[in-house]
Amino acid sequence: MEPILPGLTRDEILRYSRHLLIPEVGLEGQRKLKGSSALVIGTGGLGSPVALYLAAAGIGRIGLVDYDVVDSSNLQRQVIHGTSTVGKLKVESAKAKLVDLNPEIQVDVFNEPFTSDNALRIAPDYDILLDGTDNFPTRYLTNDVAVFLGKPNVYASIYRFDGQVSVFYAKKGPCYRCLFPEPPPPGLVPSCAEGGVLGVLPGTIGTIQATEALKVLLGIGEPLIGKLLLYNALDMSFDFVKLKKNPNCRVCGPNADIKELIDYEAFCGVPSHDHDEGSAGTGWDITAPELADRLKQNHLKLLDVREPHELEISALPEAVNIPLGTLAARLSELDSAEEMVVFCKSGSRSTRALELLASAGFKKVKNLKGGINAWAKEIDPKLPIY
Amino acid sequence: MAILRIPTPLRSYTDGQAEVTVSGANIAEAMDHLIGKYPTLKPHLYNGDGNLRPFVNLFVGENNIKDLQGLDTPIDENARLLLIPSIAGG
Repeated sequence: MEPILPGLTRDEILRYSRHLLIPEVGLEGQRKLKGSSALVIGTGGLGSPVALYLAAAGIGRIGLVDYDVVDSSNLQRQVIHGTSTVGKLKVESAKAKLVDLNPEIQVDVFNEPFTSDNALRIAPDYDILLDGTDNFPTRYLTNDVAVFLGKPNVYASIYRFDGQVSVFYAKKGPCYRCLFPEPPPPGLVPSCAEGGVLGVLPGTIGTIQATEALKVLLGIGEPLIGKLLLYNALDMSFDFVKLKKNPNCRVCGPNADIKELIDYEAFCGVPSHDHDEGSAGTGWDITAPELADRLKQNHLKLLDVREPHELEISALPEAVNIPLGTLAARLSELDSAEEMVVFCKSGSRSTRALELLASAGFKKVKNLKGGINAWAKEIDPKLPIY
Repeated sequence: MAILRIPTPLRSYTDGQAEVTVSGANIAEAMDHLIGKYPTLKPHLYNGDGNLRPFVNLFVGENNIKDLQGLDTPIDENARLLLIPSIAGG
């Protein structure tokens, strides 16, 4: 039986008049949107335009999941937040903007990370999921939740100038795991916190993501089910490829063996956040104050594994720069007998560099915990933090 | 020569090139040609067994080689190949 659609008030008819004029939406479509609900997972770069446009479009109930607080380094792209909300909970910051944009809708907030423990409590109450997360574990989790609940998962992902969008809907087509059965090995694919992202990119990609969600909820057009959009901002290229259901898919295939949510951090080998704070672990780390003391006592080789353009932002004198990507090929430039401290921006890349060095027989290496940003914070306030 | 589009995360291994030309009668040969030109790409695309890493998807036109004949998929001179990595930023 078709659900009874809610009616529109006089105010709503005026508010949505530009929608009502489109025959593909019309009064009935707008009532469908009012009667529908969407769960936006992540209120960052993608979640910002997604939530704003879904709210403006009149989705009756929007759920926001995020556990983070607004940081000023978010504002270059996360346009749902503002300078006035730096330090506040992202879900509250986003809710305030949405309610201001459209007070006719209901906004539910979940100030918690989306995990295997809470996903099946939160997600069943929504018609559609929108994956705007920033890490592999939460992406696999969102996919599996959508498959198990039989809901569409509007997927988007970004890095530097590249974006991907698809609608993974296992009832009608492939799921995320059909395309990516396994995550990349930890450290092989850089995150946005490490590699950066063009601020407007999530605007372009998130807006397409919101478009796809509206099409699915309205039942109009051809959603990107079984298709993946690949966008590159530098080339201004849009490529589409076909995606097929993988008969061996472990969650949506005929012989699926994953029937419940798993430990996604263990599966991906990385934490479910993109905070770029690396620690090599006890015995391998040196803190910024410890390093400052050591440098007063004797010579210590400093190895900076950041990209050359990052040295223009901040640098330590005397440090040798060998970017992580070229380190394996340039090991002969280093002396394994020499004591050495490796650093990067925040400690993530240097941890991987340390692993590489240790496996190549370097035993006297340490990782600067928190990277050059920790040095700037604790030792040299003249250096900028980025 | 077929054209292979390189996604941003891998362009640092192709001297910044967004597209590279590769030759070969099939995907395996084209990839050998690619790795010959840019050896530092290899660990990002292949695992220790010499197989493409599961998270790397290679498309000929709009079709995934996994849905065709894998590395044996024949390609012609005008083939357009797309390398699609998994990215997680949001």
